[in-house]
Amino acid sequence: MSVAQETVRRTAPVERTRGAAVARWVRPALLLIFVVVFLIPVYVLLVTSFKPLSEADPGQAWNLPKVWTTEAWSVAWEKLEPGIVNSVLLAVPGSLISAVLGSMNGYVLSKWRFPGADVVFTLFLFGMFIPYQGVMIPLVQLMVNLGETLGVDLYGGIPGLTLAHVVYGIPICTLIFRNYYVTIPDELVEASRVDGAGMLRTFWSIILPVSGPAFAVVIIWQFTSMWNDFLFAVFLTAPSSWPTTVMLNNIAGAQTVPYSQQMAAAILASIPTMVVYVLLGRFFMRGLMAGALKG
Amino acid sequence: MRRVRRWLPGLLLVSPSIVAIAVFVYGLLGWNFKVAMSDQHDEISQGSFVRLENFIGIWEQERWGISVRHAIVFTVVFVGGALVLGWFLAFLMEKGIRGEGGFRAVYLFPMAVSFIATGVVWRWLMNSGTGERAVGLNSLLHYLGLDFLQWQWFRDPDWGMAAMAIPAIWQMSGYVMALFLAGFRGVPEELRESARVDGCGEWQVYRYIVLPMLRPVTLSALIILGHISLKVFDLIVAVSGKQIITDVPAIFMWTAVFDSHDPAKGATIAAYIVLSVAVFVIPYLVWNARKGKRS
Repeated sequence: MSVAQETVRRTAPVERTRGAAVARWVRPALLLIFVVVFLIPVYVLLVTSFKPLSEADPGQAWNLPKVWTTEAWSVAWEKLEPGIVNSVLLAVPGSLISAVLGSMNGYVLSKWRFPGADVVFTLFLFGMFIPYQGVMIPLVQLMVNLGETLGVDLYGGIPGLTLAHVVYGIPICTLIFRNYYVTIPDELVEASRVDGAGMLRTFWSIILPVSGPAFAVVIIWQFTSMWNDFLFAVFLTAPSSWPTTVMLNNIAGAQTVPYSQQMAAAILASIPTMVVYVLLGRFFMRGLMAGALKG
Repeated sequence: MRRVRRWLPGLLLVSPSIVAIAVFVYGLLGWNFKVAMSDQHDEISQGSFVRLENFIGIWEQERWGISVRHAIVFTVVFVGGALVLGWFLAFLMEKGIRGEGGFRAVYLFPMAVSFIATGVVWRWLMNSGTGERAVGLNSLLHYLGLDFLQWQWFRDPDWGMAAMAIPAIWQMSGYVMALFLAGFRGVPEELRESARVDGCGEWQVYRYIVLPMLRPVTLSALIILGHISLKVFDLIVAVSGKQIITDVPAIFMWTAVFDSHDPAKGATIAAYIVLSVAVFVIPYLVWNARKGKRS
């Protein structure tokens, strides 16, 4: 930010031409117009969700509610609650496990490398880009078989869905941690080695204490993608363990559910990730950037 | 022997992930291709090897042709639109602007929300009623005196998929903006300055100094948008469900599995989705790995 401001100051004299004077107003004006356009869907969601049944028809959707009511919100909450509980049971443990795995992998692939580590890393990365449709049919079969062998209910339940998210999250989590650990000087790890500390000891006492930011990025990233996922959920879960997105889709897909309740449910389903985004946007951004393979 | 003892613990620590990726990504992809090359057209039979019969046969189905055409239209409009809009937003902000944090937050927040949630409101906004029956965006256009722009949005028989790309652009262009903004800020000010000293106008500086340096970012953005686009699923489920008018391969696959109960057909479609992504992602990853080795 400060770099950017300095840039402006430094280039200002060069730019003080006719065009630049116009540009100074045009830029913010255009940006503001885009803000309005971007917020149109939010406006509709919000105002509709506060309308009573009598006003919740598409014909009046641009109007503010004549009577403000939270009636739609309480009905939507009742309908969506089981899904939200399932999503919490999925996304909280899931993102924590992902972070632990990612941190171990990232550590080894950057600081405790073995022959062929680069190949392994590249093979991991492809896992980040595969369309999950490509594994879905056999995955269902595998979950059924694995569940029978282990004597647990993997297919249809939350544990199976969590397993899938954790496994397919390994590539991105490993990438984020690896790129983060690369910035830690090798000398620190070497010194610890010379002192006779083993791999785990070094990880525990040198690497983990400085891993906070990477953990934040990975946990937020995984939490958001698990919360928002629909594809895995629709293939792998039975009605009793449907997460928020599947429940919301059923509520919204039903012709009988009034618009106000649909919109309130959509907002409710988005609140957790929005809160994370607002409070921890900085870390959210870093996760996004890691997705672009640019550490 | 001592060298082995040095790297072996690292390999052991990563091995659970290596096994998981080997089984869940590569094993299941292979399994999927095996199903796709079998005649397992119901859920009971074992299916025998039929080579590429399904891969060829599917082109004879009218619905497959429609869904491929839809995916192409969607991809072109979505990738092009998100790239141009994201670049433009970054271009407006690159020199620093008051309230930059606020602008960024607004453009980026759609990324934190699921397509299922935003689809609820987009389905309504893109209601196909026109004229007397106009609601949603069509009635907004009416208020603005732009009635001639009213159309059927995603229900348009020819260009409906272009409308379907609008919510996707809304969701992803903030991300592209963030990527480009990082790219813009990565151009050293000294470079621009020395070009100016050499007598280049602002436009020439942009054309010959900045634009070439944005190439890697543009490539990353293309890869990310492209692979999201080819597997698009949630958004279409949320906006229009399983209707043929917005059918894409991922939806076709879903109905092949759950409605037609035809694993071989579903696996064939899934294989095509994987191949369409792999043809550009694999070269990209290989190129990326080589570049990493060189630096």
